[in-house]
Amino acid sequence: MAVLEIKNIHKTFLPNTHVLRGIDFSLERGESVAVIGSSGSGKTTLLRCINFLETPDEGQILVNGETIFDAKDPETQKESEIRKKRLHFGLVFQSFNLFPQYTALKNVMLAGELLAKERPDYKQKKKQIVADIEKKAREILTRVGLAEKMDLYPHQLSGGQQQRVAIARALAMEPDILCFDEPTSALDPELTGEVLRVIRGLAEQKTTMIIVTHEMAFARDVADRVIFMDEGVIVEQGRAVDVIEHPQQERTRQFLSRYTEQ
Amino acid sequence: MFESLKSQFILNFVDDERWRYLVNGLANTLKITFASVVLGIIIGVIIAIVRSTWDKTGADMRPGVGKFFLRLANGFCKLYLTVIRGTPVVVQLMIIYYIIFAASNNGVGIAMLAFGINSGAYVAEIIRGGIMSIDAGQFEAGRSLGLNYTQTMRHIIIPQAFKNVLPALANEFIVLLKETSVAGYVSVLDLTKGGDIIRGRTYSAFMPLIAVALIYLVLVIFFTWLVGRLERRLRSSDH
Repeated sequence: MAVLEIKNIHKTFLPNTHVLRGIDFSLERGESVAVIGSSGSGKTTLLRCINFLETPDEGQILVNGETIFDAKDPETQKESEIRKKRLHFGLVFQSFNLFPQYTALKNVMLAGELLAKERPDYKQKKKQIVADIEKKAREILTRVGLAEKMDLYPHQLSGGQQQRVAIARALAMEPDILCFDEPTSALDPELTGEVLRVIRGLAEQKTTMIIVTHEMAFARDVADRVIFMDEGVIVEQGRAVDVIEHPQQERTRQFLSRYTEQ
Repeated sequence: MFESLKSQFILNFVDDERWRYLVNGLANTLKITFASVVLGIIIGVIIAIVRSTWDKTGADMRPGVGKFFLRLANGFCKLYLTVIRGTPVVVQLMIIYYIIFAASNNGVGIAMLAFGINSGAYVAEIIRGGIMSIDAGQFEAGRSLGLNYTQTMRHIIIPQAFKNVLPALANEFIVLLKETSVAGYVSVLDLTKGGDIIRGRTYSAFMPLIAVALIYLVLVIFFTWLVGRLERRLRSSDH
């Protein structure tokens, strides 16, 4: 069964920018999908809709077969409902958005700690719960290669390290689907490698991922599937190698040729 | 020349231990200033949160009880800001002393309250500016991790906003220190009133008023220096 199904998502920004014009796709557990397309094609908006940072005007989102968003059903759009459903997704931002006042470790632990406070047994088992959260945060930071940097603040880290903390922060919430919004676009070229290596590692461990990216070679090598978007619709999708090396649509060819020329 | 200054000094400050007016007045001035800054920050934070919550989320809220109360609270805050910033602090002080708390003669307490309420309006706008200046991505990061609005505000946005506006808040403290000099209007013995009482006793204006001015000046220079250090500290630990 598909872990994520997106059905007929539309989004218009007032007054009349129709950014998404009916997006349908689904994602299997353990699958990683790269979304490519030129700026303004709606990739980021799609990702933001999936993460409830924008409310689609039309369409449904299903996770594990359960409708978690339906534009026609206001019950699914209640704040309290959305909050729980958000945890199906983890989001890694283009601009990292680490919390500057906390250390790397605390960035990774913060949400877990705050959510744990709402558990009924928090008061009795506080020490144990916090210790568990910290242990897990340390493990994840070690996994992304930051074992030595845990106690540093974001401004003491390089862009690549910050983005790896951001990935660790998203992973700590154990989302079903991890979303990346152009994770390397704000990085110096020599720093993209370390971030891409971490994402590649996640793909090898069969993490379910949606990656919005401009790194074509990376999309081809790492993603199972590639979706090409243009002007708010999915123009072409298929196996990563097929779409990137043998695109069927004229529009896709045009887009990709700009990358191969470089 | 020197002899006459000396005898003036003795007349104004030493005779009858008149220096006590200045010392007691200074104590009250500092008490009122510190208390009203604390009260002002409490009021200011609450108002800033109401106003920025409305500005950020009000438009997207579905109609209902929550939206109604938020709109009401926001309207009340705006009214408060308009009235407090649109009338002189002396008038507010006298209204609170002579009308609202007519039965009380705890002048210092009332001055703390009046200056706190007054300062709250200015602090609210400072803090609201601080909250609005935090990158929207911080908010989205908090929300995408499953935190609710209150948790995101409290643990992510407010600490950053506070750090950014700390110098402006410290400045508000310095402004307030001088503003409290009108507390004498409701017969509070503050520093200014203390000097004025000496002037009334000795019929000599020069010494007591210059002394009062010098004390304010030294305090302001000291606190400005402190704020400067604070700003440098904050900048060096900046992101």
